[in-house]
Amino acid sequence: MRDLSRKISVTAKRKPLPRAVRARLRLAVCAAVCLLVWLPIILMLAAAFMPEDELLYRYAEPLGAGRETVRAALLPSYPSVKPFLELLFRSPGFYVMFWNSCIQVIPALAGQFLVGAPAAWAFARFSFTGKKPLFFLYVLLMVLPFQVTQVSNYLVLDRLHFLNTHLALILPAVWAAFPVFIMTKSFETIPEALLEAAYLDGAGELRAFLHVGLPSGYPGIVTALLLGFIDNWNALEQPVAFLKEMSLWPLSLYLPNIAQEKAAVAFAAGIVMMMPPVLLYLNGQSELEQGVAASGVKE
Amino acid sequence: MRKGAVPVSEINDREQTEEEPLRRRKWTGYAGWRRGNRGRRARVRSRCGRNRRRRQKHGIRRRQARAAWFFLAPSLAGVVVFTAVPFVDVVRRSFLDAMGRTRVGLANYAAVCGNTAFRLAASNTVRFLAVCLPLLMLTSFALALLVFRRDGKGNLYKTTLVLPMVIPVAAMVLVWKIVFCQDGLLNELLNWLAGAAQVIKVWDNDWVNSSAAFPILIITYIWKNAGYDLLLWLAGLASISESLYDAARVDGAGAWARLRYITLPGLSGTFGLVLILSVVNSFRVYREAYLLAGSYPDMSIYMIPHLFSHWFLTLDVQNMCTGSMLLVTAALAIAAAAGLARLMFRRLGKSG
Repeated sequence: MRDLSRKISVTAKRKPLPRAVRARLRLAVCAAVCLLVWLPIILMLAAAFMPEDELLYRYAEPLGAGRETVRAALLPSYPSVKPFLELLFRSPGFYVMFWNSCIQVIPALAGQFLVGAPAAWAFARFSFTGKKPLFFLYVLLMVLPFQVTQVSNYLVLDRLHFLNTHLALILPAVWAAFPVFIMTKSFETIPEALLEAAYLDGAGELRAFLHVGLPSGYPGIVTALLLGFIDNWNALEQPVAFLKEMSLWPLSLYLPNIAQEKAAVAFAAGIVMMMPPVLLYLNGQSELEQGVAASGVKE
Repeated sequence: MRKGAVPVSEINDREQTEEEPLRRRKWTGYAGWRRGNRGRRARVRSRCGRNRRRRQKHGIRRRQARAAWFFLAPSLAGVVVFTAVPFVDVVRRSFLDAMGRTRVGLANYAAVCGNTAFRLAASNTVRFLAVCLPLLMLTSFALALLVFRRDGKGNLYKTTLVLPMVIPVAAMVLVWKIVFCQDGLLNELLNWLAGAAQVIKVWDNDWVNSSAAFPILIITYIWKNAGYDLLLWLAGLASISESLYDAARVDGAGAWARLRYITLPGLSGTFGLVLILSVVNSFRVYREAYLLAGSYPDMSIYMIPHLFSHWFLTLDVQNMCTGSMLLVTAALAIAAAAGLARLMFRRLGKSG
């Protein structure tokens, strides 16, 4: 087959580059693009291990300490673990904010799963009157930016006296439409035969969902939860709108202010904030790919 | 057929198996045969094939339709409480005045549409979407073509390219500040280039607070989100069967022809979903804009979320309600237009 295609390509109008050259070119471009992704990350990692005086020498201006030329480096000149020690042992504020982030994100994810998975199952496997308009409503809710429902949410939370508590961030996140969409698409890929076998064995709808649907739709669930974690871990507009006290602020709001207070730990705090999503992503990478693939397949 | 075998269509109305010797009824004429078979054919039809499956499905479907509402109940309850009911209140308020008592008809809408800030924000948002979405989709598509391999290798590239999406914005903003601040890396590079070209110019623009904020936002946004679209495109590429490519190669199609005639048509389904999910993600650019340039940035990146947060800070509930209504109407109009376009496309495809 290879010889045949080479012969045919010679008789074609333009002779393509030989296979080896093409492969090398592809490798070079891939490497260049990956470098574009890795360089900022390495910059951050290096800065996280710099002591305070080196940080101020190199990055005074981005940290807001006056105008001075930026002398970036991919490796610290005087590597030191001091920023992390300072952050983890001498910044109680950081722990409060980190814990706030955890309190606001993890219950939201649990709620998204408990509330969204059955709804996604209903959309994916059942047919009932009003299914299409209802699913359209969910897609519309997914597309609309936060600001459209900001006023409505604020009024409801005010009425329920949840403003200025953690619940103000957890409750609206639990009923987000995006996880339902992703999980629906994933549940749609489960072959009907699997469920028919379950029904034949005497399973009711609930049992079919719990014992067949959830294990089979695991990639979609992982995808929805991972994307939900990333979205809520980075949440910015919701805490600004619904939280007044600074002691309830999550890490995503605290980090920009940390640079003013303690320049030394700014980058270290960034790295620590980066760890949970990155570790979760590396663990759930294959499920994420499957779940995203399922959401991209059109019926 | 075996000797002595009977065609299956006749076994139903004969009380004999294939092994018994053939016994034929006395032929009573064609009309009589048709009359006699009418009921028989009807009975056979009601029992076999599609009708049997339909009756069985009916039972399961009814049970599922009832169960569906139980499955949906928690989600629907929350959506109603947190979205639908308050949204009705928002609609109501958009027709009332600032005190919330007297009806003012469409005066609020006229006021918001005439508001220069709203016009600026809306036009900037539309401009951002119109520029950013195609660039994002093209970039991620090109990267997908580059990275795609059927043998399951190339995972390092995939991991690397999706990593920016996972890194928190608050952490990345520090790096963008390093690059784009007044004495940052970009200005240093430009100064070095100016020195090399022996041009007397000192670069010390504050890029983020100038009209260059728009391209900067686009670059950082594409850097962050190309990975997600990349995964979608890769899934679409994997769904096109390899035999099509092999057949094309044998027929002498070059790489460009293969792209045009196999890849692009095969990805037409993925395209729609990539578009929707990119639009969903695109409103999150506000986070980067806020962290880079604050609540009141340069005019070129002042978008709808900035305006809404300003209204929120000044407790301008009436404007917010009206603005929300306008946005929802716009979204519905676009959805309707897309649905109509799809319908027309399908009809043209059928007739053509």
